[in-house]
Amino acid sequence: MQPVIELDNLEVRFGERTILKKLNGSFTGRAIGLLGPNGAGKSTLLNTLLGFHQPSAGTARIFGKDIRGEAHAVRGLLGYMPENDSFVAGMTGVHFVRLMAEISGLPPDAAMERAHEAFFWVGLGEARYRKLGTYSLGMKQMAKLAQAIVHGPKLLFLDEPTNGLDPPARARMIQLIQEIRDHGDMRLIVSSHLLRDVDECCDEVLILKDGRIAAFCNLEEERRANRKFLEIETRGANGTFASAIERLGCEAACFPNGRMKLVMPDGVEIRQLYALAADQNVQIRRLNHKRDSLEDIFLKAMEAPNGGI
Amino acid sequence: MAVYKQTYRGYDGPLTPAWSRFLILPRYAFEEMRRSRFFTMFFLVTMLAPLIFGLIVYAEHNLSVLKMLGGRGDLVAIDARFFLNLLGWQSMMAFFLAAFVGPGQISPDLANNALPLYLARPFSRAEYVLGKMSVLLILMSIMTWIPGLLLFALQGSLQGGGWIGQNLRIAAAVFLGAWIWILLISLLALALSAWVKWKPMAGALLFGVFFVAAGFAGAIDAVLRTSWGQLLNISHLIGTVWASLFDQRMHRGAGAVFFRVHVEDVPVWCCWAALLAICGLCLYVLGRKIRGAEVVR
Repeated sequence: MQPVIELDNLEVRFGERTILKKLNGSFTGRAIGLLGPNGAGKSTLLNTLLGFHQPSAGTARIFGKDIRGEAHAVRGLLGYMPENDSFVAGMTGVHFVRLMAEISGLPPDAAMERAHEAFFWVGLGEARYRKLGTYSLGMKQMAKLAQAIVHGPKLLFLDEPTNGLDPPARARMIQLIQEIRDHGDMRLIVSSHLLRDVDECCDEVLILKDGRIAAFCNLEEERRANRKFLEIETRGANGTFASAIERLGCEAACFPNGRMKLVMPDGVEIRQLYALAADQNVQIRRLNHKRDSLEDIFLKAMEAPNGGI
Repeated sequence: MAVYKQTYRGYDGPLTPAWSRFLILPRYAFEEMRRSRFFTMFFLVTMLAPLIFGLIVYAEHNLSVLKMLGGRGDLVAIDARFFLNLLGWQSMMAFFLAAFVGPGQISPDLANNALPLYLARPFSRAEYVLGKMSVLLILMSIMTWIPGLLLFALQGSLQGGGWIGQNLRIAAAVFLGAWIWILLISLLALALSAWVKWKPMAGALLFGVFFVAAGFAGAIDAVLRTSWGQLLNISHLIGTVWASLFDQRMHRGAGAVFFRVHVEDVPVWCCWAALLAICGLCLYVLGRKIRGAEVVR
């Protein structure tokens, strides 16, 4: 499968500050989530891929096209829904989306037709002749989505797509994103602070921390993997108990208040855990089967030293 | 596809040539301007002077009309001074139009964060500036060199006898002189529009650059007993360049009030250099401001 994005030692510097530090990776997912705390470099990465910032070293390729040498061709493949309010002043919704379609290269008639379609598709059909300035926040988000997809891009960048939306509007936005993903014509990059949004929309997730890739996870594989995830709550456990569990072949992550998350390998039974606990005089107060959630992946990435897990 | 189906579909139809996409911006801008009655009226008024100049050229070559007007011979000499006066008047009108239209080109896009939407598409910063500039270039061309050259052709056809061949310098001067002014005023209007991000302020600044700077230049000249202060006076700079383009010795004092050059002030090459420096400064401001994303260093 052709990679959607390839990062090749990508480095971006603003003056003396290095924002993206030699990023490497190849991503092939239908929908790739971009996660990270504030200042991790998510927006800089998106802006660099869009050609707004020049890499100071290395490069990146989108569908095999180099962002340095083929910027024009790369942008022909992209759709972009920015995080903040972004509009052309004084225009009606459909006029605005038509302009954006024409700028992307659609002939005027096709641009007009697709602008209407895009507005109906995002659910703003009845409001398409209203001035953008009169739209509510939720309507503006939908109008931004309409302008991002009107020209049928191959890769869509969504920057905080559910920002400021109330629950029904958020659900509608997530549904639209899933529909785009499942349609198969378009790949997605979803940058969001909301883990739930990424979890619902994406099949791969890239976690950035301090300008580095802290984690990359194929959520689809994680979901498919037939591994046994356990969450246990213990009393009296210490480092010795965790080490003993790891000697059994389990992956273990310890959390405060005696909570532990375990990945059980094939051949290890739960009763072996109870036996081990009894040997070490540790009480297992609760035991749940639990899949590693995106939140766990994210938290582990944030806790890992040197920005990587 | 019917809109009622409401499903997403890709686009695989034909695309317009990339080189022509900058022209989309003036097309949309003209659609917007057409709705303004004030703009339409003003634009029509700006065509009065070329009409009057055209009538003068016609009357000059029509004995019956001259007699009707009680004229004895030459009504007005149709020479370089005549065309310089037309260019000066029309350029002054073009300046007012630029002050009205220019500030609304970039500042609303910056204020509404629209630049990332344009620049995330196969549309470069240069194409964006060229597109916005085309609005002014087209309007001001219609007001300045196009009527100038039409009048030149009219005069040539009525006069005959190789008049056009003998006066080609006038045509070149009208064309070049108008384009220098158009480029300068367009770049200034766009740069100020990008700099202040507020339409009324950008319009006011454009007037300020001309009138306040001219006053400042006069003050410098008076206090320091020099003429180099005129390098700050844009109308003086352009007037000097025009005088040199038309015929330096003969036509000082022509070019309508706005661009009249009275005395030998600063060398012509200094005026060219100053105009180039202003254009360079405007391009620098546009280069700094027209970006998809702001960089916080």
